[in-house]
Amino acid sequence: MKILVCISHVPDTTSKINFTEGDSKFDTNGVQFVINPYDEFVLTRAMWFKEKQGATVTVINVGTAATEPTLRKALAIGADDAIRINTEAIDGYFVAKQLAEVVKNGAYDLVLAGRESIDYNGGMVPGMLAAILNFNFINACIGLDVDGSSVTASREIDGGKESLSTNLPLVIGGQKGIVEEKDLRIPNMRGIMMARKKPLTIVEPITVETTTASKNFEKPAPKGAVKLVDADNIGELVDLLHNEAKVI
Amino acid sequence: MAKDQRQTTKDQNKMSVLVFAESSEGKFKKSALEVVSYGKELASQMQTNLVVITAFTEDTTELSKHGAEKILIGKSANLKTADASIWADFIVAASNQENANIIVFDSSANGTYVAPMVAAKLQAGFASNVVTTPNSIAPFTIKRKAFSNKVFNFTEIKTDKKVIGLAKNSFGLKENPTESTVVEFTPELNEGKIKLDTVEKSSGKVTIADADIVVSGGRGLKGPENWGMIEELADVLGAATACSKPVSDLDWRPHSEHVGQTGKPVAANLYIAIGISGAIQHLAGINSSKVKVVINTDPEAPFFKAADYGIVGDAFEVVPKLIEKLKEFKAQNA
Repeated sequence: MKILVCISHVPDTTSKINFTEGDSKFDTNGVQFVINPYDEFVLTRAMWFKEKQGATVTVINVGTAATEPTLRKALAIGADDAIRINTEAIDGYFVAKQLAEVVKNGAYDLVLAGRESIDYNGGMVPGMLAAILNFNFINACIGLDVDGSSVTASREIDGGKESLSTNLPLVIGGQKGIVEEKDLRIPNMRGIMMARKKPLTIVEPITVETTTASKNFEKPAPKGAVKLVDADNIGELVDLLHNEAKVI
Repeated sequence: MAKDQRQTTKDQNKMSVLVFAESSEGKFKKSALEVVSYGKELASQMQTNLVVITAFTEDTTELSKHGAEKILIGKSANLKTADASIWADFIVAASNQENANIIVFDSSANGTYVAPMVAAKLQAGFASNVVTTPNSIAPFTIKRKAFSNKVFNFTEIKTDKKVIGLAKNSFGLKENPTESTVVEFTPELNEGKIKLDTVEKSSGKVTIADADIVVSGGRGLKGPENWGMIEELADVLGAATACSKPVSDLDWRPHSEHVGQTGKPVAANLYIAIGISGAIQHLAGINSSKVKVVINTDPEAPFFKAADYGIVGDAFEVVPKLIEKLKEFKAQNA
């Protein structure tokens, strides 16, 4: 089985979010970038397929040279090789088209991606990629097993879960549950050393007409201070929730 | 503008706004009626008609009440599939028939499953997590949430056909009683390639996705045996129960209750956090909620900076009292 794992390069969850150039560009100054948390779950699942079922695992990112440390981290976790499509990730459709090209050329059977990235939160690349490739698609995937070309998976739905069966080729939009948080891998020193020698191929992008453009950002209005209610006067909270906030 | 004149312009363009309203056991969820309400407002802004597409339902009263001018009801046997790409084909067929220039989805599990496939099939620009109607039509720019709810992003959709995913609880319900034309819609569809084997649903409980009120507990509650009062509070309020990440990691509560950046997002009207300190990842997941209440012994807990109302106190004393007061309130307001 040939697995392609899509890796987004995103600001660490605790980063301060600021913008430059008239609030149009994310300010990367002093920001630490990490593997998108949703992608970490699917990457760990890919490692399981590699170790238990002999799958090969390629990680891929659409981005400039600045994303390479994130790809190297994925290699240190255990992926076999990496591909970087050398362009800014302009929008979801643009990224999905770039990835589709690599999937076709590399004859991958299984494409694993996080359900969404924690920066733009588009949540669209996996589904678009599946539609472009005419692959089967399972989103919000919280369990995945492959036997030959048969797949069983589970998917989170509102208030429960579904068990599904399908076949490769397949695209997954994954999340926590596909592996548990405690099973996530942290690169060790040997992995980091080995990652330096693993191939990282740079592929030039194909021409794709973009369908959207990010214009500018706006921070929410600063929130008023918290209204404290005395622990001995709980009735006041009920009153505030009813008369002031009007939520009960 | 005179009514007939506007009618003429409408007919010339023959455009429409198409909304996908999901029904579950013949009923429409709040999020489905919210996108219909939103679609109606958007259609008025675009001076066009609202067409709603749904499947396997007879009673469309709620759709008419929220502004649907035309209702397409899918009945193809091949729609009985878990394969989102078949649903995407179904919606694309409706979009072509109705010449829809904007297609709107909610942010439910199925809405977010199908919408990107529709966008790719139509090569339509897609903005998800949208919080309001467009702030300009030409160019078409719309406000959406980004960076895990920390900021808003204005996105321009450049294509003629556009797909919008509406963030939950961002528009609300608006009634707009309308006389609807209801027609069956049975385009030819392929057989799905994803088979549904089983469904597990927590029955009888309010789910986090549907809840107006969410009561959430953290590590401050000391152990799973202390969740009785959280459940009782949720019961009194008709709320869903949730928990912080450490609580689900410790297996005190099921993973399905974990809310926060890597858990479920919460966009409730009221979010009550009990014994949760308010780590940045937790706040990112819940800060789309309208009113936040925190109960914590530590006045320095970061949650107090994010909350609207706070009580500094021991949950084991405060929560039972709160339950009692809410019961009194309910009795008076029944």
